[in-house]
Amino acid sequence: MIRSRGRIGPALLLGAWCLFLLLFVACPLAALLVKAFENREGDWVGPANFAAFLASESLVDAALHSLFVAALTTAITLLLAFPFAYGLTRTAMPGKALFKALAQIPLLAPSLLPALSLVYLFGNKGLLRGAMMGHSLYGPIGIVIASVFAAFPQAVLILVTALSVADARLHESARAMGAGPLRRFLTVTLPGAQYGVVSAAFVVFIGVISDFGVPIVLGGHYPVLATEVFEQVVGLQDFGMGAVVGMALLLPVSLAILAEKWSAARQKALLSARATVLRPTRDAAADSAAFLFCAVVVLLLLGIVAMGGFVSVITFWPYNLHLTWRNFAFARFDSAGWDSFANSLALAGWTALCGTALTFVGAYLTEKPSGFDRLKSWLRLLAMVPMGVPGMVLGLCYIFFFNHPANPLSGLYGTLAILVLSSCVHFYSVGHLTASTALKQLDRDFEAVSASLRVPLWRTFWRITVPLCLPAILDIALYLFVNAMTTVSAVVFLYTPETKPASVAILNMEESGTVAAAAAMCMVIFCSSAVVRGLHMAVERILLRLTQRWRSVPR
Amino acid sequence: MAYLALSGIEKRYGAFAAVDGVSLAVEEGEFVCFLGPSGCGKTSLLRVIAGLDRQSAGRVEIAGRDCSTAPPEARDYGIVFQSYALFPNLTVARNVGYGIATQERARVKQRVAEMLALVGLPQSGDKYPGQLSGGQQQRVALARALAPSPKLLLLDEPLSALDAKVRLTLRRQIREVHDRLGLTTIMVTHDQEEALTMADRIVVMNQGRVEQSGRPHEIYARPASLFIADFVGSMNIFRGTATGDGRVRLGGVELACGGGFGPGAAVTVCWRPEDVVIGAQAAGSANPVQARIVGVEFLGPYHRAMLRARGFDAPFAADLSAHLVRDLGLASGQELQVGLPAASLHVFPEPLT
Repeated sequence: MIRSRGRIGPALLLGAWCLFLLLFVACPLAALLVKAFENREGDWVGPANFAAFLASESLVDAALHSLFVAALTTAITLLLAFPFAYGLTRTAMPGKALFKALAQIPLLAPSLLPALSLVYLFGNKGLLRGAMMGHSLYGPIGIVIASVFAAFPQAVLILVTALSVADARLHESARAMGAGPLRRFLTVTLPGAQYGVVSAAFVVFIGVISDFGVPIVLGGHYPVLATEVFEQVVGLQDFGMGAVVGMALLLPVSLAILAEKWSAARQKALLSARATVLRPTRDAAADSAAFLFCAVVVLLLLGIVAMGGFVSVITFWPYNLHLTWRNFAFARFDSAGWDSFANSLALAGWTALCGTALTFVGAYLTEKPSGFDRLKSWLRLLAMVPMGVPGMVLGLCYIFFFNHPANPLSGLYGTLAILVLSSCVHFYSVGHLTASTALKQLDRDFEAVSASLRVPLWRTFWRITVPLCLPAILDIALYLFVNAMTTVSAVVFLYTPETKPASVAILNMEESGTVAAAAAMCMVIFCSSAVVRGLHMAVERILLRLTQRWRSVPR
Repeated sequence: MAYLALSGIEKRYGAFAAVDGVSLAVEEGEFVCFLGPSGCGKTSLLRVIAGLDRQSAGRVEIAGRDCSTAPPEARDYGIVFQSYALFPNLTVARNVGYGIATQERARVKQRVAEMLALVGLPQSGDKYPGQLSGGQQQRVALARALAPSPKLLLLDEPLSALDAKVRLTLRRQIREVHDRLGLTTIMVTHDQEEALTMADRIVVMNQGRVEQSGRPHEIYARPASLFIADFVGSMNIFRGTATGDGRVRLGGVELACGGGFGPGAAVTVCWRPEDVVIGAQAAGSANPVQARIVGVEFLGPYHRAMLRARGFDAPFAADLSAHLVRDLGLASGQELQVGLPAASLHVFPEPLT
């Protein structure tokens, strides 16, 4: 009997992938859970840590602060992002492509960049400190402004997607029945995009509540959960309490992610319906209003980035405004010097490489070869778990799991490898989703045809599947690279002096008071992300030209 | 010795049985169609034969070899799907050459050329699938499936995505290729006309079971069940009660129709619109009926008249050739005598649901 060679390979790979998810997602989370029930000596204390958490006024405050800041940021971001996305999709204003591209700018920088810029704009010696009218930037005000900047691009992306699927026939019927613009907006536009709005709200909420960079710079005496995790573990060395605070952070994020999945699925159901595409018509008043609004928003975004760039080339704000490159001589401010940037490049490069391979092969294994259906549905679920784990919590899980002396993998601790692994896992879910969406669009009979032609699965994978999914693969690689380049949260627990990434160096320099150098490093990260983004665009364009003969062929 | 032998095939998804105990033998060189409405299990059965889904129970034998647990690549068949499943990033020639085992370029090239000539696309090797029409793409898919010279060809609704005109030419072309290469072919379709014109044998399926297996003419002329009578071709369907001696009472009339149903049995009586006779034939028929034309539909080569007959509780359809309608000047409102020949009446024990 010919038990073919084509089946054992996928089964082994599936096993390896399963092992990866268990070791690097499930086990570390379990370690966090165990740690939450242990005291400083590592003895089992039952729910004592939870009781202490609830009894501690400052920790409960931190939880309330986190919720408040995240909720307020979500509201403000949506108020800005919805009209922005509406302008991009439903008006005929000029410059849409440019606005859309510029709105993505915050993604290229660590969230530390807006925080530092705000210090120079509205801080105690800030350019526009008068605008604060005596209020302090440090605390909720600063956190919310910087968080809105950081969260804006994702909200716009989701809302643009939701608003671009409009059925023109609905608008035409409403018009034919005599509905005015306001009524059409309330009865057609808004219901059509409502799940997108809900989705965007949860994504912003999760991003803000999980973020560490903004509150560590602008928190002042206003603790939030993300900074409290750090304080408990690094400051007080209380791992048990750190684990409890981590779980307090995990809970709202997991709930939010479930709600987001629910609403995204509903939005998609609207999306797949057969619809006539709505083409916005010219309307001088609406178009100029939208243009004006988008221009103001984009100028604000650019202003914050520009401020960061400006202070990084100033000798000593606000006393000596001479231009200088001195702030870029990082060795003078931080022991790692430029090495931290090299570490970040290595981290981002390896994360892009390994993470893309992992997510794509993992998604392929769950989508294409047949068999192991029950296992696959569990793995699919496990692949979505990292989305609900804030970076701070993931970093904590990794300390608990990999720093445990009994763990044979503890050799990983302190290496660049664990930074790469944690980043791969941190950003895993989005990559997995992108890959499986692309794979689902392929004809599901390709594999059946190959089997009938007796062509081994791996050959079809390389000759057909990978070339067809190349755009998605490039997108995943870019996403992983930029995120690994800009992240502070998980790595802040896992770096050593030798592997310190640039984003952590920014934190260190900011703490030691050399804020201009910190801003300069932000700009270095920003520029390298921008260069990689540009490269990605160029490669994509070349690819499109090479493959356009079969991609979009006229009959 | 059958080329393909299925025995006791079952395919279950939880409590639902997609295929529920199918046994079937397909002779070498035979063209067999699995015909049935969507969800009848015909595609599930084909996927079991192909090894793409594993049967829950039963045995699959191909060319005398037990393939029940063999993976698809160990079964030696070619398959064509409704979606064509051509690789969009490979040229037509590379698609066709994809499964050719030899690495020798010249021989691959020669085989590809042969296959493209076979399906009538000798010039299209350098094009990409996206540059071809649907019908052309399906011919390329056929060429690709046949390039490794399989003995068994499986077709999964190959014509369903195509325009009506293209479908007609491809029907003939597929049948020609089957005959020329001496293949054994199994085609899944929900289109009865396709099955009737192409197949040597039709296997009608319903709810995971085989309802009837026979030559197209048999299926059409002697449907084995009310389901087939209703599914294949057009039928007038009436409920009645058997009165014994091969007669059935329909509402107010009694018809002679043969069949051994005991008096009082609830039955269903069917006849095809084209079996209704008129004129001289009607007078001599076993079941002459006086009827009035209540509507005429023009259908091209013939007309379909709706007739309301005395004693019937509903009108029934009769197909009348165009020249008959013209010669007799038939029109709505007219009275005429029609006949229902006893031999064309099909009687089934099932009551109509």
